[in-house]
Amino acid sequence: MKLLNASIAALIVALALTGCKSTGTTKTDAAQAAGASAAKGRAGGGGPEIGRYGAAGEGAGGGAGSYGAGAYGEGAGAGGVGDPNDPSSPLSRRVIYFQYDSYEVLPEYVSVVNSHGNYLLSNSGRSITLEGHADERGSSEYNIALGEQRARAVARMLTVQGVSEEQIQIVSFGEEKPASSGHDDGSWQQNRRVEITYAGH
Amino acid sequence: MITTLLRILLLIPFLVCLGNAARAEVTLQITEGVQGATPIAVVPFGGSQAGDNIGTIVAGDLEGSGRFKALPVGDMLEQPTSPGQVRMQTWQALGQEYLVIGQVQPGGGDQYVAQFSAFDVLRGSSLLEYRMPFRAAEQRRTAHRIADMIYKQLTGESGGFAAPVAFVTTSGSGPRDRKYSLQIADADGFDPQSILSSREPIMSPAWSPDGTRIAYVSFENKTPAVYVQSLASGDREKLSGTPGINGAPAWSPDGRELALTLSKDGNPNVYVMDVGSRSLRRVTDHAGIDTEPNWSADGRSIVFTSDRGGKPQLYLASSGGGEPQRLTFEGDYNARGVFSPDGRSIAFVHGAGGSYRIALMDVATRKMRVLSKGPLDESPGFSPNGKMVLYSARTGGVAQLIAVSIESGAQRVLKIGGGEVRQPAWSPKD
Repeated sequence: MKLLNASIAALIVALALTGCKSTGTTKTDAAQAAGASAAKGRAGGGGPEIGRYGAAGEGAGGGAGSYGAGAYGEGAGAGGVGDPNDPSSPLSRRVIYFQYDSYEVLPEYVSVVNSHGNYLLSNSGRSITLEGHADERGSSEYNIALGEQRARAVARMLTVQGVSEEQIQIVSFGEEKPASSGHDDGSWQQNRRVEITYAGH
Repeated sequence: MITTLLRILLLIPFLVCLGNAARAEVTLQITEGVQGATPIAVVPFGGSQAGDNIGTIVAGDLEGSGRFKALPVGDMLEQPTSPGQVRMQTWQALGQEYLVIGQVQPGGGDQYVAQFSAFDVLRGSSLLEYRMPFRAAEQRRTAHRIADMIYKQLTGESGGFAAPVAFVTTSGSGPRDRKYSLQIADADGFDPQSILSSREPIMSPAWSPDGTRIAYVSFENKTPAVYVQSLASGDREKLSGTPGINGAPAWSPDGRELALTLSKDGNPNVYVMDVGSRSLRRVTDHAGIDTEPNWSADGRSIVFTSDRGGKPQLYLASSGGGEPQRLTFEGDYNARGVFSPDGRSIAFVHGAGGSYRIALMDVATRKMRVLSKGPLDESPGFSPNGKMVLYSARTGGVAQLIAVSIESGAQRVLKIGGGEVRQPAWSPKD
């Protein structure tokens, strides 16, 4: 609904990103490069709404109100991040997948992480966020820790390569933001991941 | 022992406009009953009532406890509403052990009085007679209080039916339009009210021991922070927003300290914060994951989840720190341990054979038994009287809340509309 209000550019970005996530392949295309600017756009508006409970037996706390109009549209159309986005480059691969209850980076992703490391080494002004995720199985707070350890494992590889810690942010969403909303092995595989997002400019 | 009754006790869809959950459809159903539950007849209360009949709500609470089996209204040969109308032989013939009747009378303005009586049918004697004044807006809460009184009279224990439940709902179909809402509802799932809504995840609500505040995790600034919110005023404070994880808050029994998980010093570790001074002390110090702290009833120990042995397992540490002791050895996944109010048991998530169920451990003997069916159960917590465990389950793709009776295994499903319902926490106080 909010997307309708956003610019056409934002819509295209959003659709591209959605398509990318729903297919969940480890190989990505140029569309994912747009993900960085789309994710940045989400930062606008959309603050939380706080309500009361149980005061004087009144009805609903929290009140009505919209969810921060335009929260998903703002800034999303700001254009590309200026990366050298060759779809055939390993740099376009920005999701690293993990095995169940594991935070070990699999050998097949080492070259992906190294490519980003090399880029960050030669572009010390660029920084990334490593967003750790887990599948829905098990306990939600343990999954926060698991996502964090996954992001840390990737960060460690980068710092060993010489990338400055200043260039790396880490956040874990655990099982709270699945890339695939299914409840089967295929979805779980896509949700055990670290997403690499480049900050703008 | 357990028979599947699959009997819909109550099917009352209703619409609530609150905050941003525009529409909430609540269906309470008893999916499993238990042979040996005490038969009780709760006659619909007489007199005009604004919402659901108080008698119906009371019957739902009593049956939901797993201790009682409520006589369906359709099987009642007569429906007395005052003691003078009760013919005990009717209820004896229906095989009932107890009978509850009552009526509501207007008391001027929005004031009402509920007058009710409980009888021992077999002895033909009155057990309880009571008058409870209430305001129209408090009708459901009043019904839960009546259920509490009757439960206490008949079992000698408190029911906790009037204690509210907090939970997190997630609505929206995908990553782009997810909405998270921290809500509080009656223990039967009715009357949900949003106390926080956000585009970003909200997690791990934890009630203060006096039931006046809730600690939770909110990602509203894109990174997690632990907040404490006062329920009556809506005022809140950010208690912890360190780099990395700020998660899994758990109140000490005296309400002065909050155990939580932080990763500011490296890996996820358990810390204890003095809520007044915000000073921190570290409880665990290990290279892997340590999280999900929960206090023993005496405040001396903290159970937590750690993968120091390679897989997540429960460990017990002194709340002052020191070398922890491993508690769980069965299964390759044991997490989110929570102490019962009396401190004798720990409920936790037990993963084995690809299924995640809620299990219960006797702290003294270390024996465990499984309480739930799986396959994706999590977030266990105790009812205020310690007789039930409320948890989140995903069955048929939908996340919902289930309360299971520890003694009988009877299950009560709180199906709250408007999206996924997870991370329940039952208030320790009504």
